[in-house]
Formats: sequence, C-alpha cells, structure tokens
Amino acid sequence: MALHKLTLYELQRKFTAGEVSAAEIVHAYGLRIAQVEQKVRAFVTQTKDQAMAQAEALDRRLKQWRKTKPLMGMPLAIKDNICTEGVPTTCSSRMLQNFVPPYDATVVAKLRKQEYLLIGKTNLDEFAMGSSTEHSAFGPSRNPWNLQCVPGGSSGGSAAAVAADECVAALGSDTGGSIRQPAAFCGVVGLKPTYGRVSRYGLVAFASSLDQIGPITKDVRDAAWLLNVIAGHDPLDSTSADVPVPDYTKVLAKKHLKNVRVGVPREFFTEGLDADVERAVNDAIRELKNLGGEIKDIELPRTDAAVAVYYVLATAEASSNLARFDGVKFGLRAKETKDLLDLYMKTRQEGFGPEVKRRIMLGTYVLSAGYYDAYYGKAQAVRTLIRQDFETAFSEVDVIVTPATPTPAFKLGEKSDNPLQMYLSDIFTISVNLAGLPAIALPCGMSKTGLPIGMQVIGRPFEEETILQVAHAYEHTTQWHLKKPPIR
Amino acid sequence: MKIRREEVEHVALLARLRLTEEEKDMFARQLSQILDHIAQLNRYETVKVEPTTTVTGQVNVFRDDTVCPSLLVEQALANAPERVGDGFHVPKIIDERSMPA
Repeated sequence: MALHKLTLYELQRKFTAGEVSAAEIVHAYGLRIAQVEQKVRAFVTQTKDQAMAQAEALDRRLKQWRKTKPLMGMPLAIKDNICTEGVPTTCSSRMLQNFVPPYDATVVAKLRKQEYLLIGKTNLDEFAMGSSTEHSAFGPSRNPWNLQCVPGGSSGGSAAAVAADECVAALGSDTGGSIRQPAAFCGVVGLKPTYGRVSRYGLVAFASSLDQIGPITKDVRDAAWLLNVIAGHDPLDSTSADVPVPDYTKVLAKKHLKNVRVGVPREFFTEGLDADVERAVNDAIRELKNLGGEIKDIELPRTDAAVAVYYVLATAEASSNLARFDGVKFGLRAKETKDLLDLYMKTRQEGFGPEVKRRIMLGTYVLSAGYYDAYYGKAQAVRTLIRQDFETAFSEVDVIVTPATPTPAFKLGEKSDNPLQMYLSDIFTISVNLAGLPAIALPCGMSKTGLPIGMQVIGRPFEEETILQVAHAYEHTTQWHLKKPPIR
Repeated sequence: MKIRREEVEHVALLARLRLTEEEKDMFARQLSQILDHIAQLNRYETVKVEPTTTVTGQVNVFRDDTVCPSLLVEQALANAPERVGDGFHVPKIIDERSMPA
C-alpha cells in the first residue's frame, strides 16, 4: 500500500519497526502533493524541503541509536494561524502575508519535541473567520471529493490536506465549528477539545473565550494519538486547565458501548436538515444501539439561539483581538500616511478582507456605548442558558450525538454573497464552543451526490475519553472512514 | 434594526477602519440583516441569569514575579515594518503646536 494512504498509527508502526525511513515518507508525501495540490490548494506554504533535510538527519541519527516517539518522522500539516518559528504564519491574510513568527506555539513546540516533520501550513478563511475557506486572501481550497465544492472552514486546508492524503494528520483550530465542519465536509475526523484542554499560546486569537486547537486525522485512533501529544496545562496560557491528561489511546480497546447513555436532541433534526444527512445520522444512531448504547431522547431547547449568541460574542472578542493589527510592530503597514490615525486606518483597510472587516464592524457595534447591554450583555446571559441546557442533558446521558452539519459540502460561491446564510451553516457546532465542551466529528455516510456526511459526538467537559470511545467503537464496526476521495 | 450610514461611519472610526463608499452601503445593509437575526435573543428572559464570561471557572491566575527568558531585541524587531535603532518607527504622534510653550 502506498505510504501516503496509511494512517498516522500505521505509518508510525512501520517507521518504528525500521521498515521505512523518514526520508522515504517525506518523498512519498512530496510525490502525492505534486500530484494533487494544484487541484486541492490546501497549503499556503509548503515546507517539503525543510522536512526532507530534517528527515535525512533523523535517519542518520537513528542508524546509531533507534529510539522513536509517537510522532517522530511523521509529516503533519498545521493551520496557518498557529505560529511556527521561522516559517511564515499568514492567517491567510494580507495583513500577515510576510509575518515570520519568532517563536513556536506551545502545540508546535510539543510536536517539535517529538521530532515531527512540518510538511506545510494550511489555508483557512482569513483569521479563521468563515466556513468555506472562500474568505482566504490567497484563494479558496477545494474539496477533494468534488472540486466544485468547498472543503468547509475555517480549517478547510487542514481537512482537505488530510482527506487528499497530502499529510498524515493535521492541526486545526475551532471557534464555532472550524475543525468539525470541514472534517465532516471532507470525510475525515476532527476533534475540538474541551476549552482549556489544549494551550492556545501561539494561536492567533480570534475569539479567546471560544478558540481551541485540535487534531484533524484519517481516523479516530489517530485523533487520540495526536491529542495525547498536544493536551495539557501550559503556564503561557492562563486559560489552559491544570487537569491531568490521561492516555487517550487506552479507551480504544473497548469495542462496545454497554453502560453508555447516548442522548439525541430532537432540536437538531428539524427543517433545513438535508434528507441524506438525516438518514445517515439515524443509521449511525441505530449502530450505536447495536453496540450496546442506550439511546435517549433529550432536549436542548435554546439551540436556535446559539448562532445569534455566537455572532455577538465572537465578533466582540474579535474586534478587540484584532486591534493589535495596527501596522506598528509587525504585519502590513500602509505607505504614505499623514499621521498615526491615518496609518492605522489605511493599514487596516488594506490588510483586512471583507469578512474580517464585517466582523470587526459588528463586534465594535455591539460593544459600543448604548448597545453593550442590549447585545453583549444579553448574549452573555443567553450563553449561560445554553450551557445550562447541556448541563441538564448531561445529567441523564453520557454523550450527545447529532449531525455535524445540516448539509454536505456546498458549492463554491453558493453562500459567499449572503453572510447570514453562511453563519447559519454552523448551527450544529456553535453551541458546543459556547458551552466549552469537547466534541468529535467523524464520517458516518455518503450523500447521493457522492459527498461525505459527518456526525458529531459531544461529551462532558474533560471527557474526551468518552467521545473517543464512542466514536472509535462506531468506526470499528463501519467502513466510512476507509473511503477515499476520487482525486488522483 | 436599521443601521444608518452615519452609524457605519461612526463604528468604522471606532474600529480604526477606513471604508469605501460601497463598503459603507454594503455594511449598513448586511449589519442590519445580521442584527435582525440577533434580535431573537430578546425572546429569552435573562433578568435573573448570570452572564457567562468564561467557562473555566477560573478567577485570577497568578504566577511568581520572576525573570524568565524572553524574545531578544532583534527577534522582537524582526517583523517591524520600520525601525529606528532598537525601536519601532511610527509617524509623529504629538504635534508641535499642541506642545506647551
């Protein structure tokens, strides 16, 4: 079997056993990228050459002393809003087009300690604001299953790269669904950890109370392996949680769901849900029952408020976070400005694209004098109600299963003229960020049009083990994760 | 909720964003549409509900006040659009006429 088709776990075993060298791995991925990248356009920056140099050095060293680590020699892609020392980190924005971080994000430092290989930085909607990668200043990525369709967003480049076998696994970030939605659209696995489970240090901030970094992988087992490496407390991120990190791969041994109560919220199965998605997720729920799970109907009555709450809070936080892009210390600076105010205003006019401007405007508006209580205060209060809905539900069930998205991947251009339509496509993922919960998206079917369908498994705070166990048990009895896109 | 052009201009100044005339019209229209959707939050009674500012329950996170390694001057200035010596260069902030005599 071609090396690029293997999962992280499989590739790692071959590498540890000495059946394949790091240079051979990078070579195989280089060929695959050369074959498909022109069509998929998953990457903003490719780092094959640096990866090859590192791989060769690694191989030379291992000849003398063979001791490996779980991610050693593994070619990973990283979303281009996560800082990589010495490698451009653009956020797919003109503002940061030439920005080279002087330090690594904590997650990247952890991967580096494992001696992983960075194969490239992946495309995203500018500053992670979007659901399709169409808001990238460098052009959209494509869905490997159908090049006319979006890969989802904002971590669309990472999901497309994993689906097209251009990397063995990737990191994304998720503020309102930006890992799970593209994973579902591209037929791969995406995990958003509990808020605070993974350090945000070095992740370019969008909405600090919602952002989390997480793995995008070819199967559930790989997600557990990658989470093992990136999870944990970090003094450099004061919101990271000082909670012990279990070995997430341990739960993969359990292949049944006895004593697991699975909640199904009827609010997620209403009008607007695509018929193929509904059928696939209902089939998946039946499968969970066959595995021994106890299926229970639950209610999350405030679900329909989530998008409104999100677009107040996320844009308010973004308007504050993005104030740092002022043309002074790093990033773009507009030329020929007459004074400091002019420098700020012109730099931000030239550096930000339309969606980022739209969100900064909305966020500034809801925080401005006279509107703060009506919008920001109100949204914070309804956020509490949404959290309470989940707390009530989790007193009766152990996990909640929903569709990951209302429809399979949409066509490029289909929603780009209507921001509100685009925002509503995140309706099933957003409430999870508002409540700070962990959730995983995994493939559970195919549409009649040949596009992947994803389901979402949500857990209690810091119970990533439970959602991984449920997802893995399901994956173990089904074949959806083995399907490969037709791209060659 | 109808957002007027003047409000768009006011918010753009607060956000330090220069907008074109087309952008002002577009944002007036789109922000009105989005705020109409957001208005549905008024259906929920929240008088007695505590706002959520963070989900972690953390209050203050302190560390010891000790000196640790940090970026070197050259690293910190490496991405500077313009520099003078060991500093970031910016246009003049204070007008001579506004200085006290």
